[in-house]
Amino acid sequence: MAGKNNKKIKQKKIMQKNTNPWLEAFRRLIKSRIGVAGLTVIFLLLLVAVFAPVLAPYDPLKTNIMARYKAPSSEHLLGTDGMGRDILSRIIFGSRISLQVGLISVSLALIFGVGFGLVAGFYGGKVDMIIMRLMDIMLAFPSILLAIAIVAILGPQLKNAMLAIGIINIPRFARIIRSSVLSIKESEYISAARALGAGDMRILFKHILPNAMAPLIVQTTLSIATAILEAAALSFLGLGAQPPSPEWGAMLSDARSSLQKAPWVATFPGLAIIFGVLGFNLLGDGLRDALDPKMKNV
Amino acid sequence: MLNYIIKRLLALIPILIGVAVIVFLIVHLIPGDPAQTMLGERATDAQLERLRESMGLNDPLYIQFWRYVKDLLHGDLGRSIMSNNPVISELKIRFPATLELSFFAMIFSVFVGVPAGIFAAINQNSWFDNLSMMVALIGVSMPIFWLGLMFIWLFAVELGWFPPSSRISVETVLNPVTNLYVVDSILNGNFTALIDVLHHLFLPAVALGTIPMAIIARMTRSSMLEVLRQDFIRTAYAKGLKRKAVIFKHALKNALVPIITVVGLQFGVLLGGAVMTETIFSWPGLGKYLVDAIYARDFPIVQGGILFFAGVFVFVNLIVDLSYATVDPRIQYE
Repeated sequence: MAGKNNKKIKQKKIMQKNTNPWLEAFRRLIKSRIGVAGLTVIFLLLLVAVFAPVLAPYDPLKTNIMARYKAPSSEHLLGTDGMGRDILSRIIFGSRISLQVGLISVSLALIFGVGFGLVAGFYGGKVDMIIMRLMDIMLAFPSILLAIAIVAILGPQLKNAMLAIGIINIPRFARIIRSSVLSIKESEYISAARALGAGDMRILFKHILPNAMAPLIVQTTLSIATAILEAAALSFLGLGAQPPSPEWGAMLSDARSSLQKAPWVATFPGLAIIFGVLGFNLLGDGLRDALDPKMKNV
Repeated sequence: MLNYIIKRLLALIPILIGVAVIVFLIVHLIPGDPAQTMLGERATDAQLERLRESMGLNDPLYIQFWRYVKDLLHGDLGRSIMSNNPVISELKIRFPATLELSFFAMIFSVFVGVPAGIFAAINQNSWFDNLSMMVALIGVSMPIFWLGLMFIWLFAVELGWFPPSSRISVETVLNPVTNLYVVDSILNGNFTALIDVLHHLFLPAVALGTIPMAIIARMTRSSMLEVLRQDFIRTAYAKGLKRKAVIFKHALKNALVPIITVVGLQFGVLLGGAVMTETIFSWPGLGKYLVDAIYARDFPIVQGGILFFAGVFVFVNLIVDLSYATVDPRIQYE
């Protein structure tokens, strides 16, 4: 009898396992080639960022006038820049800055965007109108230009660039969450929760938000990719990370004057940006396929 | 349709007011004294006071805003600190260069991106499909300024095929009419100039158009794939239509709405990208001027430039919205 019961419990557990949509999605993700490629790239990037001091052969900030514009060699695998700094070491340390920018600015956009979207979608009426008009106004600016304007106001610094990138990404999150909330709040289980006496906060965070997670996760991943690109663009224009910081975009800005003499100074930081951004884009595409199987192969 | 256009134009009013407020606030959100920020540490008290007076910074905020709106409606965006010329005339001189560059970049991105997307979709999972989607994915992951630098290095410095910067050779003479050099050289009947202008335009336009091209190719492919799976396509094949007719007459027409949306949205990417591309190719357009103005802390130009870009962006989005009905008669405007 006890054995039979155990078997039943086991079966129930297996069934629960199979019906957990997140686990299903994760399985689909690790089965897809692009998902795995994205995860691998991001894992490598994280590894490089965490172990930068161990992996970098030289100090990324140490200048050496005797070793200016050295071509790639066994001594300096990716060559040196105009100040004689080792490019490989700078790229390795630069991964920390790019990941930091991506994560911090997107977190900022996520917190405010989700907050605005939830409130607008849930309460509707005038609140919705005011919030969404504000988002529309922000979307009326080409995004990088709005970021440039914000940095022009606050002054060229990496932290201001992160803030600017965070702000310009808020409307995207607000729109996605609002549209999810609008469809979810009409569901029967929301009425049931309300009938059971659940308050607004409980309904918003316990019932609506978890059900709006799928598009949010995809958008977050893709936004990290664009945030890294936008930060590199701002730094390239001299409006983000300042010298001698080994930010990838700032490194490209330094390389402009030496294209003829030392093209490797411009080549490798650009490849590093593509590598990092590609990782998040691949993961975003993989997640979209995994979380919304209807979209697969489309 | 007319009702819809009027409705859309009315809906633009609050957006444009909001844009104007944000642009107005640019100067007022500068931490500390805006006049000091604009003129730098070495400015004398008299210079600071003169600037405050000329920009009306001493007045209460609501009076400043009222004056700003009044001037805006008269097309007055203030005067540049660098040149003391009216902002609007500085923008007018440079906008054609940006327009020409963006236009040719758009032509490149649509004429390469759409056919690539269609071909990838009708040959799904072929080597071409995989290759073009891989290229498109790398394309959307690439910083435009890096691509520009690589183009200059390869095609201008190493191979010498294209000039690395500017719009026209010093020795080429062209009488400006519209300041769109391609148009001007045709109006002048000067074909040597036309060749020279196109030669200068090619590299920056391809660099600027590459990322939108990648996005358009991806969108065209997925939109076509969705349509190609539908029943009416099977019916079209079943009734004996040729493949070409099915793809171009039936499938493409139905796949066009998302493609047009994404092409319209890319215009914003192009305008933003123009800032980067113009800086790299020393292209004397609005984007480069805006960046120069930020370095010089010429805030009236920064305000005017951003307002101008946002205005163009909003206008293009409106055109895209209105074009849906022409493409897809099923869309009814109420």
